[in-house]
Amino acid sequence: MSLQVSDLSFSYGTKTALDSVSFTVGRGQFAALLGPNGAGKSTLFSLLTRLFVTQGGAISIARHDLKAAPLAAMADLGVVFQQTTLDLDLTVRQNLRYFAALHGISGRDADTRIDAALDRLGMAERAGEKARGLNGGHRRRTEIARALLHDPKVLLLDEPTVGLDAPTRAALTQHIHDLCNDTGMTVLWATHLTDEVADSDQVILLHRGRVLADGSCGELRGDAPLHSYFAQMTGASA
Amino acid sequence: MRHAFIAMRAIVLREALRFVHQRERFIAALVRPLVWLLVFAAGFRAALGLSIAPPYQTYITYETYIVPGLCGMVLLFNGMQSSLSLVYDREMGSMRLLLTAPLSRVWLLFSKLLGSTIISIFQVYAFLLVAWLFDITVPGWGYVAVLPALVLAGLMLGALGLALSSFIKQLENFAGVMNFVIFPMFFLSSALYPLWKMAESSELLHDICAANPFTHAVELIRFALYVEWNGMALLWTALATLVFMGLAVWGYDPARGMMTRKG
Repeated sequence: MSLQVSDLSFSYGTKTALDSVSFTVGRGQFAALLGPNGAGKSTLFSLLTRLFVTQGGAISIARHDLKAAPLAAMADLGVVFQQTTLDLDLTVRQNLRYFAALHGISGRDADTRIDAALDRLGMAERAGEKARGLNGGHRRRTEIARALLHDPKVLLLDEPTVGLDAPTRAALTQHIHDLCNDTGMTVLWATHLTDEVADSDQVILLHRGRVLADGSCGELRGDAPLHSYFAQMTGASA
Repeated sequence: MRHAFIAMRAIVLREALRFVHQRERFIAALVRPLVWLLVFAAGFRAALGLSIAPPYQTYITYETYIVPGLCGMVLLFNGMQSSLSLVYDREMGSMRLLLTAPLSRVWLLFSKLLGSTIISIFQVYAFLLVAWLFDITVPGWGYVAVLPALVLAGLMLGALGLALSSFIKQLENFAGVMNFVIFPMFFLSSALYPLWKMAESSELLHDICAANPFTHAVELIRFALYVEWNGMALLWTALATLVFMGLAVWGYDPARGMMTRKG
């Protein structure tokens, strides 16, 4: 399995943010981590990206245990944070070069990868523009291109479509689905927007720090629209 | 190993690029000590008589006395400035990007520290150049000998900034750092007046100044500018660097979860 979370718990003092969370996402699978605000998605992402250390349970990324082999696990991980992490005073290419170097990629190799990643996201002609001048959608694309530079096996995206208009949201969601199919990359996409999830996607429903459901979107929702199922599940336990 | 140095170069380069983009920061870094040197020192020159004390071998003017302290001031302010930019980085998320790189956190923080120290040193030399233009000079070799002292003092103050940045939760709290760290550190040191002068007015103040690591950083710079050795200052500055660096590593330890907390 490409991403495995076992019995993960985390609390801020006495407040429990995650309670025995377990799920696995297979290779080439698009998994939507669906949960309302405050469900524990960001805490889970902080644990997955090693910004917090696990208090209980384990995380395995591309078969590397995050605690035992953190650097190997992080090398196989691509992350798009909810908040933009671009240096706005640098150009798109400079931002990507900086990130490539953090992963030990430099020189011609870095340039080749940057060109390929930008091309894939339709950002090639903006490589020389400063990040500050880009609109929200283009900034997001740049960040996704950046997260792909080191060919990660697992890609995490934390509510990547926040603040984007509907067509841009749809295009980005489609693009990541294509990426999963074409490259066999494992994707964990955190969101609270049900229209970003396709029937073939895996859905992990997180609410108040616990996994309420985990399975294929089509099977989970049955005949009901996903948003009704989502409301029913999260409302039922409220 | 190659990976680590590629990353270090990129982090240093990014700090440099950021500095180039902030021209006001450079001007402020240069103007601040020059105001002290040319205005403050001119006023104090008459009021403050300085006797001969090592490393000086002759009577010196007050302007000459405060040059090392002002070099320290440039390093101190720059260290705090990079601390400010780290808090900003954390709020803006770019710190997350750095800390999720597949490299040891100590190395990443050290690279960041090195980047800000190099920029500090560049500013110190710019200041020394302007001071030289105003005929406030040190022995020729002093400009070379001071480099390792500046590196160590810069690392110490940068590490202090780094440690502070991990404890400052929000950008707004930075004013507190100015009041409670920069000013006491600068005024309670040998930057503006020699320690024996301080002892004349208060033994307690003298003891505080003698314990202040900034005093030792300034003395290290002072002696190096005159190509003289000061083992005690070196030891204190090196020790303080290690302590501040340890604090910074502790502050950014993921087990403490210092990054933004949200559900």
